Amino acid sequence: MNKIAIIGAGPAGIEAAATLAAQQIEVDLYEQGERPLCNIRDKAFLFPNFAEAREVADRLTAKLDNPRIHLHANSDVDHLTESGDGRWIVNGETYDRVLITTGYRTFDAHRKEELGYGIYRGVHTSLEMEQMLREGKIVNANGDVPQRIAFLQCVGSRDEKTGNLYCSKLCCVTAVKQAIEVRKLIPDAEIFIFYMDLRMWGQHYEELYRQAQQEYGIRFVRGRISEAGGTYDGRVQIKSEDTLMGLPLKITTDLLVLMVGMEPSEGTRKLAEQCRICGDYGFAASADPHLDDNRTTHRGLYVAGACKRPMTLTDAVNDGRSAAVCLMGE
Amino acid sequence: MNKFGFQISRPRSINMDLSDDGRREQLLEEVPSYRLCIGCGGCTATCSAGQFTNFNIRRSHTALACNQTEGLAAQLDSCMLCGKCMLVCPRGVNLRGLIIRMRQMLGRV
Repeated sequence: MNKIAIIGAGPAGIEAAATLAAQQIEVDLYEQGERPLCNIRDKAFLFPNFAEAREVADRLTAKLDNPRIHLHANSDVDHLTESGDGRWIVNGETYDRVLITTGYRTFDAHRKEELGYGIYRGVHTSLEMEQMLREGKIVNANGDVPQRIAFLQCVGSRDEKTGNLYCSKLCCVTAVKQAIEVRKLIPDAEIFIFYMDLRMWGQHYEELYRQAQQEYGIRFVRGRISEAGGTYDGRVQIKSEDTLMGLPLKITTDLLVLMVGMEPSEGTRKLAEQCRICGDYGFAASADPHLDDNRTTHRGLYVAGACKRPMTLTDAVNDGRSAAVCLMGE
Repeated sequence: MNKFGFQISRPRSINMDLSDDGRREQLLEEVPSYRLCIGCGGCTATCSAGQFTNFNIRRSHTALACNQTEGLAAQLDSCMLCGKCMLVCPRGVNLRGLIIRMRQMLGRV
């Protein structure tokens, strides 16, 4: 029997492990953190149907409850190298097949200094907003309920200045989702979303956008925010252009939420480099983006999930399953 | 002689059939990054001149591209070439170069 290792217990890694275990195949699943699925457990609700993130994570985690899956928590994989005989060495252990599912991290908003993250207390990342939504309590810098909230799309995505030319693909719908959740918690707040293009590509995303306009009164402003400054009373003053009016615009808000994009995680960068499967921007590259998206250019080495590119939960789960099927056939 | 008190209205629409493409093409050739603009308005948002005059940097080069040049030369005069627009542009467009070339094209330099 082939010995198989999966690196990263996110959605792709778990689904791949469960698929293999269901076929009576033993799997070692390495996870750097204490618990699997930390990126899902960070969230309050999932787009587009507001499913409870923790409930979805619990159902996914339950798939690990199989004697053939050996979860190694707190196990950072430092070294992944070829053994020379077509096998792979993971932290000193030799495997016939290795699947990399090391996922993503969010863009560090400090790098866009002009947006004031880490400088003004009213500026938050979408991750921090998610945490507030999880707690069901949204507060401004002074601890009060904010009356005006602005979201800014494309922070660290589609931006030459940060070196990330790609679209992170999930932020558009996430901002719409978060705006609706904010509306539910603060019915009388003014909520704005500043955008360059709204990319509602997934099923039900466009409907969610429509709902945000129709039922939740979210205001959409087509313009990128060029800078944000703090006011004496802890609010945030924003400069943008209302490009549909053709006029510069300024607005003072209680909160500015920066929709941070997806970048390859440290693990993804490290392993992609070690295994010489570096794709664009430090993501891992598959053998062929159309027809061979789980194999790599090396025998016995596979990739799945957001270590390849920004990806939704659904896509990562499907990709993990697809990788498992691919791995089983060889 | 029109004795009826009305006349033919001048169309306000952008007529792409009549717009002179030559200038746009010339601008693209001389400032290649011009073609990367996605019209996000970051440049206009940060522009000091645009806060106080009718100069709108994003709109000005969009206007030239479709030959809407009425009053444009005077608007371009407001630009101080400070380059703040270039600091925020997510596509790395050479906006200062664009302004200078547009001024030349419209006979301001």
